[in-house]
Amino acid sequence: MRLSAADLACHRGGRDVFTGVSFSVASGEVLAITGRNGAGKSSLLRTVVGLVRVALGNLTLEGGDPELTIAEQAHYLGHQDALKPSLSVAENLRFWTGFLGAKAAEIEPALEAVGLEPLIELPAAYLSAGQRRRLSIARLLAAKRPIWLLDEPMSTLDASAQDRLAAFMRAHLTEGGLIVAATHGSLGIESTNELRLGDSGSAPAHNPPSRLEGER
Amino acid sequence: MTPLTALLVRDMRIAVRVGGGALMGVFFFLVVVTLVPFAIGPDLALLKRIGPAILWLAALLASLLALDRLFAADHEDGSLDLLLMSRAPLELVVAVKGLAHWLTTGLPLIIAAPLIGLLLDLDAPAQGALVATLLVGTPALTFIGLIGAAISVTLRRGGLLLAVLVLPLTVPVLIFGVAAANAALTGPVPFGTPFTILCALTLASLVIGPFAAAAALRQEME
Repeated sequence: MRLSAADLACHRGGRDVFTGVSFSVASGEVLAITGRNGAGKSSLLRTVVGLVRVALGNLTLEGGDPELTIAEQAHYLGHQDALKPSLSVAENLRFWTGFLGAKAAEIEPALEAVGLEPLIELPAAYLSAGQRRRLSIARLLAAKRPIWLLDEPMSTLDASAQDRLAAFMRAHLTEGGLIVAATHGSLGIESTNELRLGDSGSAPAHNPPSRLEGER
Repeated sequence: MTPLTALLVRDMRIAVRVGGGALMGVFFFLVVVTLVPFAIGPDLALLKRIGPAILWLAALLASLLALDRLFAADHEDGSLDLLLMSRAPLELVVAVKGLAHWLTTGLPLIIAAPLIGLLLDLDAPAQGALVATLLVGTPALTFIGLIGAAISVTLRRGGLLLAVLVLPLTVPVLIFGVAAANAALTGPVPFGTPFTILCALTLASLVIGPFAAAAALRQEME
């Protein structure tokens, strides 16, 4: 399986967020998207899952299920945790597992893996930011999808949870999955390819925005 | 569990939990209808004549109550992104959310309506006709409301815009709902004439609502 983008551009709110972005990720590979705040890391991920329209360029997936779109074969872990405060930990995960078409039997192992099984009956309103993050990560484990698109996955996680997430990502890669992650720090995975968006300095209003550095 | 039943179960669960909209709608309905006899006074003949109209107006306003949170809540916590990425068509996802909304706000109103009808001195046949019109008409209110809920999804205080957008569209439903209930009460039009038009309005809104709301959501999320 190979996810590739050719000369991708994103246009939002009357300005180019990024232009001319190309990348290619194959099964077992990680692509880390880095860049300053506002360089378009989140927008790039949202473009890949179809939540933002592609202004220019192509997105292709080779070797996936031809019946499904990229978004339908992907997990998107955004800034928000997609949890309902009035539902319990188990109910939140049960909903997403059901909605994503996975079996209910996957719920308990996933909660155990992220270390939330003692809190299974607790309403999500009482979870800390890190625990909420772990609960949304459990969704990725319970329903199997080959493409993981992670937006700042390590944020709000403590050191041991970061190690666990890195282990989940490594396991996902060995199973033939691929990962695209927007990040400022390390993902804890060796052999990570990096795509740097934008210029490293302050926001350049007049310079041509956001170009892949390697292509310059 | 299929994706759509999972969504239905989740939305109904949230509605009946603390902070959900289910009971709020019924209580609002009860309060509005109960206030009317106090405002008008103990004129039983008048209450009987305007009873169906009052019940219908109260039902219309009550079904709007929780509607502005229908998509906005999912938008704020990021769930809507994942719903948009679903393998199920967005139109069906939207329709299921509408169904959950109707089951938790429309249906309780219908169950409470006969009880409330007593306050307005409605007799048994009139009660039956009224319940029938509400049963057929309230889904139309919800599914027309879906469009407004989808259009106002990204607005912080979308409730007001929603009411302004949706209420004019519900006028035909209101007219034929009340007309059918009145026809059963007093005549001279047979009950079936306005009632079939009400059924047609509901069927049309069941089809148009999800498609329009899904299109609005896709546009809004850009």
